[in-house]
Amino acid sequence: MRGDQINLQNVIARSATQVPSPQERSGGVDRVTKLIDVSRCIGCKACQVACAEWNDLRDEVGECVGEYDNPLDLTPDTWQVMRFDEYEDEQGNLEWLIRKDNCMHCAEPGCLEACPAPGAIVQYANGIVDFNSEHCIGCGYCVSGCPFDVPRISKKDHKAYKCTLCSDRVFHGLEPACVKSCPTGSIMFGTREDMFDLAETRTNFLKSRGFDNAGVYNPEGVDGTHVIYVLQHADRPGLYSHLPEDPRISPLVDAWKGVTKPLASMAIGLAALTGFFHYVTAGPKEYGEEDEAAVREDEAREREREERP
Amino acid sequence: MSLAKSDPALRRYSLWNRLNHWLVAISFVLLVLSGLPFFHPYFWPLTALFGGPTMTRILHPYIGLFMSLMFLFMAIAFFKESLIRRRDVQWLKQIRDVLANRDEKLPPVGKNNAGQKLVYWIMLGCIVLLLITGLLIWQPYFADAIPITLRRLASLGHAFLAFLAIITLIIHIYSGIWVKGSFQAMVRGRVSWAWARHHHGLWYEEEREKARKHRAISRRHDTPTNRQESP
Repeated sequence: MRGDQINLQNVIARSATQVPSPQERSGGVDRVTKLIDVSRCIGCKACQVACAEWNDLRDEVGECVGEYDNPLDLTPDTWQVMRFDEYEDEQGNLEWLIRKDNCMHCAEPGCLEACPAPGAIVQYANGIVDFNSEHCIGCGYCVSGCPFDVPRISKKDHKAYKCTLCSDRVFHGLEPACVKSCPTGSIMFGTREDMFDLAETRTNFLKSRGFDNAGVYNPEGVDGTHVIYVLQHADRPGLYSHLPEDPRISPLVDAWKGVTKPLASMAIGLAALTGFFHYVTAGPKEYGEEDEAAVREDEAREREREERP
Repeated sequence: MSLAKSDPALRRYSLWNRLNHWLVAISFVLLVLSGLPFFHPYFWPLTALFGGPTMTRILHPYIGLFMSLMFLFMAIAFFKESLIRRRDVQWLKQIRDVLANRDEKLPPVGKNNAGQKLVYWIMLGCIVLLLITGLLIWQPYFADAIPITLRRLASLGHAFLAFLAIITLIIHIYSGIWVKGSFQAMVRGRVSWAWARHHHGLWYEEEREKARKHRAISRRHDTPTNRQESP
C-alpha cells in the first residue's frame, strides 16, 4: 500500500499540473542519490532479486539466449536489469562492464513533462520521481518523454511502471532494496552530497589504478540524475550497453509539451471569440430583396418562353 | 424524405450527404472533446464526459477510426465540387469583401466557394495525417512497435494537426452561423432560389438550366402523343 505511506506535502513537481503542489514540508528534505559503482559490480543480480522481492513483482521466467542478461530488457514486472558487456581495451585486456539499468530519477524528468494525467507522475523534494499508477491512463506518453527508455506499459492493466527508488522504504528511513542486497557495496545510497563525496573517492581510486578516464555519470542535460554511476570509462558511457552520451528531453517532446500548447489553447479560444465579434461587427451574410426580384424575373422570363407556342 | 411546409424549393444536399456530414460532425466534436484533455490539462475535466480519464484514452482512437471512415465517404462524394478553379483565386483575393459582406463585388461562385473548398482540402489533409499519426501512438496496439523518434514525431504531429483541424472547424461552424440559410441547407438539404443566386451564382444558373430541361421533359410526357403528331 505504497500510496498510503508517502508524504504528499513535499511534492515539488506534478504531471499536467499548472499550480504549485503542496511542498511546505520540502524545506528540510535532503535530496537522496543512489550511487552505482560499476567497477565494483560482480553481476550477481542480488539487486534484481531484491527488487522483485520487495516490490512483489514476479516476471515470467524467460529463456536463456546465450548471454547473462535475463530478462533481456526492462519489463512492466522487471524494474531493473543487469546489462553485461564485454569490452577489450587498448592493451587487449578484457573488461566485463556490468551496468545495473533502472530509472535514473532525473532532476528534470521527461516522463513527467510528457504525462497528460494530473498527478500520475510526481517528483518529491528528495528527488525521487514516482509513478502514481492509480492516476495513470496508459497513454504511453511517459515512454516518449523518457531519454533513458525506462517506463514500460503493463499488458495486465495498461498502466506504466518503473523503479520507484523504493520511495516507500526511503520515506521510512530505509535504503532501497537493491542497495540493501548488494554484497560488494557497489550500490550505495544516501544524501546527494555524501554520494558525490563517495563517488569522488572511488573515481580517484580508479584513476590511481590506471583508469585515467574514470568519472561520475550525472548527465547535465537532464539537470543531473538521482541515480549516478561511477564508470571506469566515463568518457565513453556508450560502452555500458548504450548508456546515452548526453541524454536530454528530446526537442520533439519539448516542442510538443512546452509553451506551444497553452498558446495553441488560447488561439482556439481566440478563434471562437473572433467569430463572435465578427458577427457583432459585420452582421449576418444574407441574400436581399434584389435576389428575390431577380429570381422572380428569371421565372417570369422562362414561363413566357415556355408558354410560347 | 418527406418535405416540410417550411422547406425551401431547391435541393442542395442529398439525404445521404447530410447524414454523412452529420455523422462526421458529431464524431469530430466527440474527438475534439476527448482529445483536448490530452492536449492540455486545462481541458482535463472534459474526460468526465467519457466515463473518466482512462476511458477517454480508450474511446478516442475508436471514434477516430469511425470518423475517418465516414470522412472518406464524404471526401469522395464532395471531391468534384471541391476542386479549386481559377475563379476561386479571385474570390480569395477579395476575402476582405467577403468578410465585410460586400457581396455585390464578389465574382459569381459555383456550388462551393473557395472557403468551402479550402475547408475540404485542409480537413482532408489533416484527417489523413491524424489517422496515420494516431495509429503510430495508439496504446496498447501499435505504439510499442514504433521506433521512439517516430513516436515522438507522431505525438507532436498529432497535436499540431489537431490544432489546425480545430481552428478550421471553428471557422467552418462560424460560417454556418454567419451565412444565413447554410446551416438549414445541411440540416434539411434545401435552399431558396434567392439564396442560391446570391451566394452561389454559377450554381444557380446551372440549377435553373436543369429545372428548365426537367420541365421540358415532363411537358413532353404530359402531352398526349396524338396531339403531338397532328399539325
